[in-house]
Amino acid sequence: MIELKNVSKTFNANTINEKRALVNLNLTIESGDFITVIGGNGAGKSTMLNLIAGVFPCDSGKIMLDGEDLTRLPEYRRAKLLGRVFQDPMRGTAADMGIDENLAMAYRRGKSRGFRWGIRREERDLYREKLKTLELGLEDRLTSKVGLLSGGQRQALTLLMATLQKPKLLLLDEHTAALDPKTARKVLELTDEIISRDHLTTLMVTHNMRDAIRLGNRLIMMDEGRIILDIKGEEKKNLQVKDLLELFEKASGSAMDNDRMLLS
Amino acid sequence: MEFIQSLLAAMQDAVAQGVLWSIMTLGVYITFRVLDFADLTVDGSFATGGIISAMLVSHSVSPMLALLAALLGGMLCGFVTGFLHTKLEIPGILASILTMIALYSINLRISNFASNVPLLGVSTIFDQFGSVLKGVGSNVISLIIGLLFVVVIISVLYWFFGTEMGSSIRATGDNEYMVRALGVNTNTMKIIGLVLSNGLVGLSGALVAQNQHFGDVGMGTGTIVIGLASVIIGEVLMGHRFSFAYKLASVVVGSIIYRVMIAVVLQLGLKSSDLKLLTALLVAIALSIPVMKRKLFTKVKPAESEEEPND
Repeated sequence: MIELKNVSKTFNANTINEKRALVNLNLTIESGDFITVIGGNGAGKSTMLNLIAGVFPCDSGKIMLDGEDLTRLPEYRRAKLLGRVFQDPMRGTAADMGIDENLAMAYRRGKSRGFRWGIRREERDLYREKLKTLELGLEDRLTSKVGLLSGGQRQALTLLMATLQKPKLLLLDEHTAALDPKTARKVLELTDEIISRDHLTTLMVTHNMRDAIRLGNRLIMMDEGRIILDIKGEEKKNLQVKDLLELFEKASGSAMDNDRMLLS
Repeated sequence: MEFIQSLLAAMQDAVAQGVLWSIMTLGVYITFRVLDFADLTVDGSFATGGIISAMLVSHSVSPMLALLAALLGGMLCGFVTGFLHTKLEIPGILASILTMIALYSINLRISNFASNVPLLGVSTIFDQFGSVLKGVGSNVISLIIGLLFVVVIISVLYWFFGTEMGSSIRATGDNEYMVRALGVNTNTMKIIGLVLSNGLVGLSGALVAQNQHFGDVGMGTGTIVIGLASVIIGEVLMGHRFSFAYKLASVVVGSIIYRVMIAVVLQLGLKSSDLKLLTALLVAIALSIPVMKRKLFTKVKPAESEEEPND
């Protein structure tokens, strides 16, 4: 169980560019939840994920994971609990290193790294097997440099890396937004497959309302640093895009301003 | 004929020097290429290594021990830059300049305020080796010792950068966001890289000082540019591909070629005081090749696409 208690974050405090990204946010994520997150531009979706991951500290509030207080832990020490895939396909992988070397880095997430050899032989068989499940033919290119892969292949690989060691929470930050529609769909299918296969607790930010409704067991909508909608279970299953837009206007008092979200 | 003869003699010396300096170049390779960090500390730590070893040998400490001390001294310099950069968050290049400037004072302290520490009447590691191999020319002895060190160092580096920790350092230079997300303290990795790099630079300075029979507080000036020039020459001549060991070897080749080029231009009548200008030009040209290629050889298609690619 992950809890965010009264979490706030303001960027550029006391300047003309002050931006209250999160305002006293409370969220409890139950184990096994697959939550989709939607919201307008600057609603605080990515900020929330980055605060959980520890990219920057909270101004106030607490982040708890299974009773452990993460609030003050640096990013690299939270990593053993979290799997992450970013919007930018370049962010999640090391371009100048081989597919196998990238996987070996991910395989040791949260473990101490000493003077043992970076990849052991038996690992390669495991990686080949895992890569096969992506159905991209990467299992035959184990030592190819990741920089030679397409954006979609890199995102699929990052997804595999994020879940190679089962994370307590998987954070997906618009991880299909930079891909062409066909590839995005494929990566999304893969995401759903892996999440249900491994029963991963997941927080997925998306700009696609249909995906947000179709996937997961819970949907939250954010606006101006607050959660304005939290829909679960049966209610979510029966949700339509137009309901969502209406609910948004009622809750926030203004029309949806995310062009990408409306167009997709 | 006379020109050829003196050129050949100069070549021998150049190759030996190239091998001794290549240890510094290997250090520069670690920061510049592996960590993607322009580390100017080396201008200071090269002299620190040279001065430490000259002072110790002139006080009758074993030359081998003096080399070890220089290695540790260099490592400490790298640690300081790493600390300034990662813990105090000073931008990398500035952090390294601060260490470099501070080392100028520290080196004078180590040398007891002498700008030059001569090694006369004491035997260096090269003299010791020479007394075992009688009748072998001094250049050949320098070359053999240099190559021994290079082979050992490349083997150790090849092993280290293949380990879990070494892979993490390589990945940090490649994509530190990813490495942090995978649970590695990237600050520690940068510090380890800088320590390792400057240790090698200090060792190289110590070998050069023992080889030339003096240590000088000014001997490090321009080291970083020489290191960069050597790395780039090696890459241009030997290519980017193949294994890590190959890349390290190409750095050594680059260092030797650099010395040979210098020897040739000196023989052609250039003054040794012109060398720094020449080296700087060489590095500037080599670093700008990709930019010039792009600007000169990519044709912009007129009016077809409205947006310019912004990379």
